[in-house]
Amino acid sequence: MKELKITPISNGTAIDHIEAGMAMKVARILEIPDAEIRSTVSIAMYVKSKKMGFKDILKIEDRVLKKKEVNKISLISPNASIVIIKDQEVLEKYYVSLPKVIKGIAKCSNPNCITNRGEPVETEFQVTNGKEIRLRCLYCDKNVTDILASIV
Amino acid sequence: MNFKGMHIVSVRDFSREDIEHILDLADTFIPTARGEESSTLMNGKIMATLFFEPSTRTRLSFESAMQRLGGRVLGFADPGGTSAKKGETLADTIRMAAAYSDLIVLRHPQEGAARLASKFSDVPVINAGDGAGQHPTQTLLDLLTIRREAGSIDGKKVALVGDLKYGRTVHSLAYALAMFDTELTFVAPPTLQMPEEMVETVGHMGPKPKLVNSVEEVVADADVIYVTRIQKERFPDPAEYRKVAEVYKITPEVLEDAKKKMIVMHPLPRVKEISPEVDDTEYAAYFKQAFYGVPARMALISLVTGGDQQ
Repeated sequence: MKELKITPISNGTAIDHIEAGMAMKVARILEIPDAEIRSTVSIAMYVKSKKMGFKDILKIEDRVLKKKEVNKISLISPNASIVIIKDQEVLEKYYVSLPKVIKGIAKCSNPNCITNRGEPVETEFQVTNGKEIRLRCLYCDKNVTDILASIV
Repeated sequence: MNFKGMHIVSVRDFSREDIEHILDLADTFIPTARGEESSTLMNGKIMATLFFEPSTRTRLSFESAMQRLGGRVLGFADPGGTSAKKGETLADTIRMAAAYSDLIVLRHPQEGAARLASKFSDVPVINAGDGAGQHPTQTLLDLLTIRREAGSIDGKKVALVGDLKYGRTVHSLAYALAMFDTELTFVAPPTLQMPEEMVETVGHMGPKPKLVNSVEEVVADADVIYVTRIQKERFPDPAEYRKVAEVYKITPEVLEDAKKKMIVMHPLPRVKEISPEVDDTEYAAYFKQAFYGVPARMALISLVTGGDQQ
């Protein structure tokens, strides 16, 4: 029988197939920990996986992720899957997909970029996924140096 | 491509055909740019030049271009005394300028400023340089110079010399040259060599560019030597700067083995990269290059305002 590292949740979101070791970063993107949270969050790291060797899992009770949050996760864990659970039933399951362009969810790492100067615009980046994920600012053309640090 | 109403932000927005179309039109404007013919093409039109950073050559050549075409110019040459100093956003300044003019020419110290301006303007925006970013009209005038002074762009061996790491003009130029059938060599000290990303991009577009350390390695073979300024502030050690500046200096002696028709270009202002003795040789194309800024900009002004369709 499959060993359950963390118990199933009744309502909320499970983020599965997170790249091993990245769960804490995914949590950070979702602003966890947060003093206001009154529901359980469970994190399992380096769980054996047939597909991935090892993976991380994050379960957040009583919360459904917004599209922007899912897009943020895709940038640091492009193979993650999202399972939305309601009354112990799987309501929806999908894999995150890397958007071609992301708007407003990352900050340009070029300090001299016009988007860092209080102008009334959302940042825009072209996303490419070769050997690694790259974000190119559609304003100043520079690549983001540290994607995780740039996510807002 | 129909250029009417188009914003000119980056040379990457153009195809080779677009560039050739602009250069063909620029050719026809040369007599007007010289003042040998007069034009009423831009009669009744106003161009706003918003220069948030001083630039003599770029601003004057844009203004000359518009006035030679019979249009008028308003704007400022530095942001002191404008509402930008009071904290107005660029977005608001652009909306205002768009209400007062038929096209906007923008020079700004921040990268991406022109792209931002294009989102807030109802009239075409032409990027006249944004920080260390793009400077497409410089690239177009460089290409026009090569085509006219070296005979063609295709088939040419072009050496870009100097500060290739931080130099704004050389990145756009390298990209544009790679759209043509050219062989590129990047000549720079290792610390100021072309960024890897750019070498890769250019290599994907055509033959792999060569990277070398000294001008001597390219002189005999090059059709165009494009020299840029090496800035003192890039070197922590002043002695190192002096050494490098000396090695990359173009003198008549350095050019001894050059082909007869080779041309030397420089975006100007030059400091000591090219000795004044080169000015009197057949190789010097940099002052003509500065002139070609006028017809190149006339072509863009007329295209984006739809003046070429009259």
